[in-house]
Amino acid sequence: MITRDKKGNPILEAEARIPYELALGPTVHRFFEGFKQRKILGTRCHACGRVLVPARSFCPRCFVDMNEWVEVSQEGRVLSWAVTNYEYFGMPTKPPFIQSLILLGGTDCGFMHLIGGVDLSDVDRVGRIVKTGMTVRAVWRESRTGCIMDIQHFAPVD
Amino acid sequence: MARAVAVVGVGQTRYGNRSEMTYPDLVREGVQAAFADAGLGPEDVDGVVFGTMPSMMEGVAMTHFYFADALRAVGKPLMKTETCGTTGMSLAITGYYWVASGMADVVLVVGSEKMHEGDSQATMSTVAEPFFFRPFTSGAPGIFSMLAQMWMDRHGIPEDKARDAAARVSVDHHRDALDNPYAHIKKAVTMEEVKGAPVIVYPSRLWDICPNSDGACAVIFACEEKVKKMSGKPAWVKGIGFCGDEYWFGDSDKVSWDGARETARQAYEMAGIRDPLKELDVAEIYNPFTYVELQHYECFGFCEAGTAPDRVLDGTFSRGGELPCDPSGGVLCSNPIGATALVRVAEAALQVTGRAGERQVEGARLALSHGLGGVAQFNGIMILGAEQ
Ligand SMILES: [Zn+2]
Repeated sequence: MITRDKKGNPILEAEARIPYELALGPTVHRFFEGFKQRKILGTRCHACGRVLVPARSFCPRCFVDMNEWVEVSQEGRVLSWAVTNYEYFGMPTKPPFIQSLILLGGTDCGFMHLIGGVDLSDVDRVGRIVKTGMTVRAVWRESRTGCIMDIQHFAPVD
Repeated sequence: MARAVAVVGVGQTRYGNRSEMTYPDLVREGVQAAFADAGLGPEDVDGVVFGTMPSMMEGVAMTHFYFADALRAVGKPLMKTETCGTTGMSLAITGYYWVASGMADVVLVVGSEKMHEGDSQATMSTVAEPFFFRPFTSGAPGIFSMLAQMWMDRHGIPEDKARDAAARVSVDHHRDALDNPYAHIKKAVTMEEVKGAPVIVYPSRLWDICPNSDGACAVIFACEEKVKKMSGKPAWVKGIGFCGDEYWFGDSDKVSWDGARETARQAYEMAGIRDPLKELDVAEIYNPFTYVELQHYECFGFCEAGTAPDRVLDGTFSRGGELPCDPSGGVLCSNPIGATALVRVAEAALQVTGRAGERQVEGARLALSHGLGGVAQFNGIMILGAEQ
């Protein structure tokens, strides 16, 4: 449909919406099957010894298969965080939310998820509650389907 | 041995909301400007390199097909290069390789974006896969705000001090952009306005963040033999560097940021630069966010790790300082993403040839241009000089 934009210029309104079927493969599938049982699983590289989460099929540095599975801690240290306070089209998580990189106990990389259970009514005050270096713990949803949002968020541990 | 290569012409469109014209016409505007600047025509060009951010930014895939006529690429080899925000630098380096290798004598390099036609951050969120990352991304502001938090924490930089330095970067660049006829955002801001602006992704506020811009940039690279037959001043490619990081955002350390440091090391080694702060006259850092510009000062050896806020606040990187950075106003004031890093190259070329107008850094002979992209994954540098 031809309409006008905010400058008054003629524009064609168009949309591209395409369905996809993205394969999980055995490693991602097993990782998410662990989520159904409230377990966070990583894989260990036999070459460099690192434990990575989410579980990987191969070590990005050593390029060898990673098929030793380990259950890692549900608690971790906050490596970084930021508070999103704006929205774009189709945004999967509604703002405001706190995204965070978390170093889970027994792992050697940051794990990306949300920090929740924090008052977000004033984004300027979040920095007084959430701190880099603080400990957070996974909060699971009651109903789990085997996806990344089976963990509702990570909550600060007193 | 690589042949000597120079930038012999640059073309920029005015950046901003360009909804008065179609996307191919906008690309043509940049291409025409570069031909006029170089005094060359399509018949002189051996090949064309083109790129954008993810094509779906404007809802049309494979845009080098859509723009074949606007690029005057018909009947010539046409190559597309795409590395997110780094695209413009990857384009320049691709053009450089093509000429340096002897496979072409003159190459037209073009980058473009028309961000007002789509939803930029919705497009960028598709750069993150949907299994593990996409639910937590908030486009580029989220990633770079996380980097800022890690950087402050690692170096023990008080949040207020980092906040002041980032605000100073914003104030400087918004003032610089007033001298750039192509710049999108032409509004002087004060420290108080920057620090009190609405939070977009904490700790980044409105004036810490680049705009969505429409625009195109074209740069023409030529071999020494061709340069010698031309009348204009060349900007010689003195050094290049490019380094990609690991895919998984949490796997590598983005504070020490080995990839960014390695990129600079490569470029400095090729250009024979030992002390960048003293030897470089100007730098165009890819600075879509104020905080990440501070990190790059450190990664590129302009100052010691953790000291960027001090050096910013003492004016080292301001106009008139020891190493002026982004006198064009930088990405912070104009960001047509597929063109943006190529704009850094174009601005560096203008600086070392003394043609940067009101934003000219007096006597500039050696300039660094930078591109950054992916999920803070790619860094690229091209150093241009007045002398071969
Ligand atoms: Zn390994």
